[in-house]
Amino acid sequence: MPADTSIDRVMRTEAAPRKRRWWRRKSDIGALDYARRWWMKLFVGAMFAMLYAPIITLMLFSFNDSRRNIVWKGFTFKYYIKAWNNDGLIEAFANSLTIAVISTVLSTIIGAMVALTLWRFRFPGKPAYEGFMALPIVVPEICMGVAMLVFFARIGWPSGMPWPLNLSSITIAHVAFSFPFVAVVVRARMTGFNRELEEAAKDLGASEWQTFRDVILPFMKPGVVAGALLAFTLSLDDFVITFFTSGPDTVTFPVKVYSMVRFSVTPEVNAASTVLVVITVIATFFAMKFQAPVKGSAD
Amino acid sequence: MESWKTNRFVFWVMSLPGTFWLLVFFLVPMSLVWIMSFGEKTGILTIDITWTLENYIRSTETVYLEIIWKSVWVSALATIACLLIAYPIAFAISFAPNRWKPWLLLAVILPFWINLLIRTYALIAVFRTRGFVNFSLEWLWDGANSILNFVGLGQFQLLGERFEALPLLYNNGAVIAGIVYVFMPFMVLPLYANIEKLDKSYLEASLDLGASHVRTFWSIVVPLTMPGIISGIILVFIPALGSFLIPDLLGGTNAQMIGNVIERQFKAANDWPFGSALSFLLMYATFGALALRAVLSREGGGMNA
Repeated sequence: MPADTSIDRVMRTEAAPRKRRWWRRKSDIGALDYARRWWMKLFVGAMFAMLYAPIITLMLFSFNDSRRNIVWKGFTFKYYIKAWNNDGLIEAFANSLTIAVISTVLSTIIGAMVALTLWRFRFPGKPAYEGFMALPIVVPEICMGVAMLVFFARIGWPSGMPWPLNLSSITIAHVAFSFPFVAVVVRARMTGFNRELEEAAKDLGASEWQTFRDVILPFMKPGVVAGALLAFTLSLDDFVITFFTSGPDTVTFPVKVYSMVRFSVTPEVNAASTVLVVITVIATFFAMKFQAPVKGSAD
Repeated sequence: MESWKTNRFVFWVMSLPGTFWLLVFFLVPMSLVWIMSFGEKTGILTIDITWTLENYIRSTETVYLEIIWKSVWVSALATIACLLIAYPIAFAISFAPNRWKPWLLLAVILPFWINLLIRTYALIAVFRTRGFVNFSLEWLWDGANSILNFVGLGQFQLLGERFEALPLLYNNGAVIAGIVYVFMPFMVLPLYANIEKLDKSYLEASLDLGASHVRTFWSIVVPLTMPGIISGIILVFIPALGSFLIPDLLGGTNAQMIGNVIERQFKAANDWPFGSALSFLLMYATFGALALRAVLSREGGGMNA
């Protein structure tokens, strides 16, 4: 499996085997081979370059030996060391990881259970229930953020608890917006399940629990792993909802980066961001690997 | 699929955690905001629920109407720009050789997984006065000037006395560019799903019968992929309308959107009832857009059938 997804490579390799030039005669290209027309390649290539250039320069300039983020002055790791020695940043990072792990475990379990309920049972009001489950996905983030702020303020959720209990309100909010996504992913996986296998297991005397553990769970697993990785990145990346739920002593990584960006644009932020981008990309690759053939995301 | 009555125990055990979580930690908070939007601020920390409509009436004041209106047209412009850029991309992917399709799709989706804050921050470095765009422009300006000097036109200073950096950051243009940049995958994916489903023999038939590529595109491709276009528009427009971070970081004080006003009511201005009313107006707009999509896609489905 090639690890390089850069569009340049894609375009080059695609044209390479035939050793043809871009000015080749039009008759070489079939009427519907739009993707092989040079203007289409140029446009798509330019758009992908624009999509990636900001992120790649951000990552490159985290190694730049200059405070001014614009001219290349030589390679250095000093901003990584600086970021590592920034206690506030490291604490925020630890908070983010803690929240992401707990929220991933909870939302994966809850989301998978919801998915199984929707996959297995017929019950009155099912369409409404499904719509209700999709609400956190469609509601604007800022609305959900202020709702969490109001909720925890109104019920007087204790603040100033010892770590990690002080992260509980953020974790609860993260589970609330993550598990519907897990449910969607797991349910998409379950549509491919042959129910005769389940019936066969039961005919052969397996109990409800044995059937689940030995037949349904192994099939469900790739969907669960993909859902869990999605929940993990959602939690790690969330800024808006956390911004309203976090207090002065419960700062997460994105909230910390936000406050740093508000002050100034420094290579230290670039270094911290690069670390997060790398973590996210690795998680994404695993998610893609585990994911069953993805159906179109039109919905 | 079996009825829930066949195994009530399993049904309840499996559905309870999700239902509980969503009720207590989503529906209750939302209801609290809804109730608060009919409240009145009586002190610094006290809010009385008087079921007044004052907060909603206040949101029709000119200042707020202007911001709401601006949020709508900024989001609309960004959505249109997204559509114009995403359509050729989706088109190219769906006509690309099969072995490249998954990688091209991954290349579209990958930025979507990267932290929104980091992507927005990356744009600051591109747009600011001493950013990459201005830096490249200055480089071009220097180059052009030295050519002019070389051909002996240097003394006329045709390009101005010195390079002036363009103010690219902290205006509506920056916010629109940010929204397009961030929400592009939402537009490409539904378009791709629809173009991919398109029966390519229709295009061949149209071309065989003498229609030009342009005519084929407008008369065949666009009408048949309309459901994807509508989905994409809604999927970009809704989060764009509610965006807070992008106008906050790229727009500064000059280019605030409704999300920023809501945030200010809950943080700096400390007027929760008014902020609640505004955030429910945003929710109603979202549900309106979703309902519109449902209606349009039903009509589209009827047309195809």
